[in-house]
Amino acid sequence: MTHLAKFLGATAALALSAGAALADPALIFDLGGKFDKSFNESAHNGATRWAEETGNSYAEVELQSDAQREQALRRFAEAGNNPIVTVGFSFMTPLEEIAGDYPETNFVIIDGVVDQPNVRSVVFNEHEGSYLVGQMAAMASESGTIGFIGGMDIPLIRKFACGYAQGAKAVNPDITVLSNMTGTTPAAWNDPVKGSELTKAQISQGADVVYAAAGGTGIGVLQTAADEGKLSIGVDSNQNYLQPGSVLTSMVKRVDNAVYDAFQAGENIETGFYVMGVDNEGVGIAVDEHNEALVTEEMTAAVEDAKAKIASGEIEVHDYMSDEGCPSLDF
Amino acid sequence: MDFLTLLQVLDTTIRLATPLLLACLAGLFSERAGIFDIGLEGKMLASAFLSAAVAAATGSVLIGAAAGIGAALLLSGIHGLASITFRGNQLISGVAINFLAAGLTVVIAQSWFGQGGRTPQLSGNARFETITLPLAAELRDIPILGPIYAELISGHTLLVYVALLAVPLTWWVLFRTRFGLRLRAVGENPAAVDTAGVSVVGLRFAAVAICGLLTGLAGAYLSTGLQAGFVKDMTAGRGYIALAALIFAKWRPWYALGACLLFGFLQALALRPDVIESTIGFEVGVQLLDALPYILTVVILAGFVGRAIPPRAGGEPYVKER
Repeated sequence: MTHLAKFLGATAALALSAGAALADPALIFDLGGKFDKSFNESAHNGATRWAEETGNSYAEVELQSDAQREQALRRFAEAGNNPIVTVGFSFMTPLEEIAGDYPETNFVIIDGVVDQPNVRSVVFNEHEGSYLVGQMAAMASESGTIGFIGGMDIPLIRKFACGYAQGAKAVNPDITVLSNMTGTTPAAWNDPVKGSELTKAQISQGADVVYAAAGGTGIGVLQTAADEGKLSIGVDSNQNYLQPGSVLTSMVKRVDNAVYDAFQAGENIETGFYVMGVDNEGVGIAVDEHNEALVTEEMTAAVEDAKAKIASGEIEVHDYMSDEGCPSLDF
Repeated sequence: MDFLTLLQVLDTTIRLATPLLLACLAGLFSERAGIFDIGLEGKMLASAFLSAAVAAATGSVLIGAAAGIGAALLLSGIHGLASITFRGNQLISGVAINFLAAGLTVVIAQSWFGQGGRTPQLSGNARFETITLPLAAELRDIPILGPIYAELISGHTLLVYVALLAVPLTWWVLFRTRFGLRLRAVGENPAAVDTAGVSVVGLRFAAVAICGLLTGLAGAYLSTGLQAGFVKDMTAGRGYIALAALIFAKWRPWYALGACLLFGFLQALALRPDVIESTIGFEVGVQLLDALPYILTVVILAGFVGRAIPPRAGGEPYVKER
């Protein structure tokens, strides 16, 4: 026991002394782990890109349990890492408590909002990205009907749906946009069976492109669209690889860019509310070898045009959460 | 609502009712033998995961389904050990199994495949393909009956037909065999069964094992029949709806079929708000349809539509001598 205690003490001291001299940035992944093919992996990609380009190093940790969030944050802060980037809204509560204890350290939370003077809260303009994929869906649709399948019926998901419908109607004012939510409880995020059945229901109503903003439920949506020979659109990370040749595109949140920006800004990072939208490459569409055959030149041109107009303010994509209403879609 | 739309809704009903039916029959065997089982959800989940994982690894859905059934049997064994051998509280053991399955599946999936607690998407022989029954194409043109046969009855995966056949089989086993008589007796009055020289423990373990087999099939159907892969918590409360259906069916096999089809139909309707609106002329909240199975179960339990009497010895561990 005493040996163990000594050993642990020694390693802790070693870790502290090793870190104290550095002011490297640090990255804390959420429970999904570094290679989750989604959010965390995107953050990892941004960090490695920064490290390769600048030749600097950074510290990182993969959490094994919820209880380690606070521990990891404190460990990095005491080791002198700055800024400390956390991935995911689950860090909101621990960060709220800890940020005040380390006023010299700057923190970044991605996809969450913490109101502390030394925290940068990065949020994404999902409605703008959804507008872009809505345009593509309308151009890809032959039937004049497209679908949206949301996860849990919350304002954030309606924000996706609203932007999507607005984008589609900008291309084709007569288009029919079907919208279904999987449910009203958190189980709606992980019900691919219901996602499949909703997709089948929308296809039977004529939809030939279906956009899923539904977490794990979306896996079922993409699968069914592929089985039925229709197109689907992924969300958050690049999901084109899940059903190659059937996923039209994915509405990606560029978590990698958020991490890259934060690392690039360094110790004196600007804190406060930080919005990642179309104008600063925060949201966008994914084109890779799995879907390049599906994306036509007209689609690319329309998306680029819309991007420029959104960035310049010429097109204003309606944010459902600003007034809990949507002019282009009835819920 | 035109005929074709009706068929589509009924088709969805069958697909959604199948996992409920298998889980409901599983609960029926277990509870008829006096072992309450709220771990149906956990066993389905464990089976859903292992079926998909092994199917992904071996490329064969049958090996996958066998592995899934094995996982459900293992959890059934734990439930049996805790509640039969060690006479523990059956509800607590069931809850523990649900938690165990919810946690373990994601952890193992993450360390096995590293895709955020999912399995890879299955394709080819790693999935149950839909079966087109003979003459489905030829008979399609016969008015009314043709489309019903071609759209509704044909074109499901193997496990759907297995589930439907399990209903008469369950009825036959429970009500026409010696084993079934003893199994029912052990849920009503285990002391009498013991006096007759039949092993109470043996019968209850047999019932729990059948429960494991059927929940295993239900889980395999979810991840390899309906879906092509496992996603965390993908059972999404179906184990609990199956329990509600079991109470609704008053612990009887044919009623269970009716209850599961009804609940499946309600779920299918909830997917088509447009159909409801065009049929009855006004909008019905999707939330109401989602809640209806539970509301109906409460109505039944309250005794409005006949009484639902559970097996008398249910929930009580059998102690030979006090």
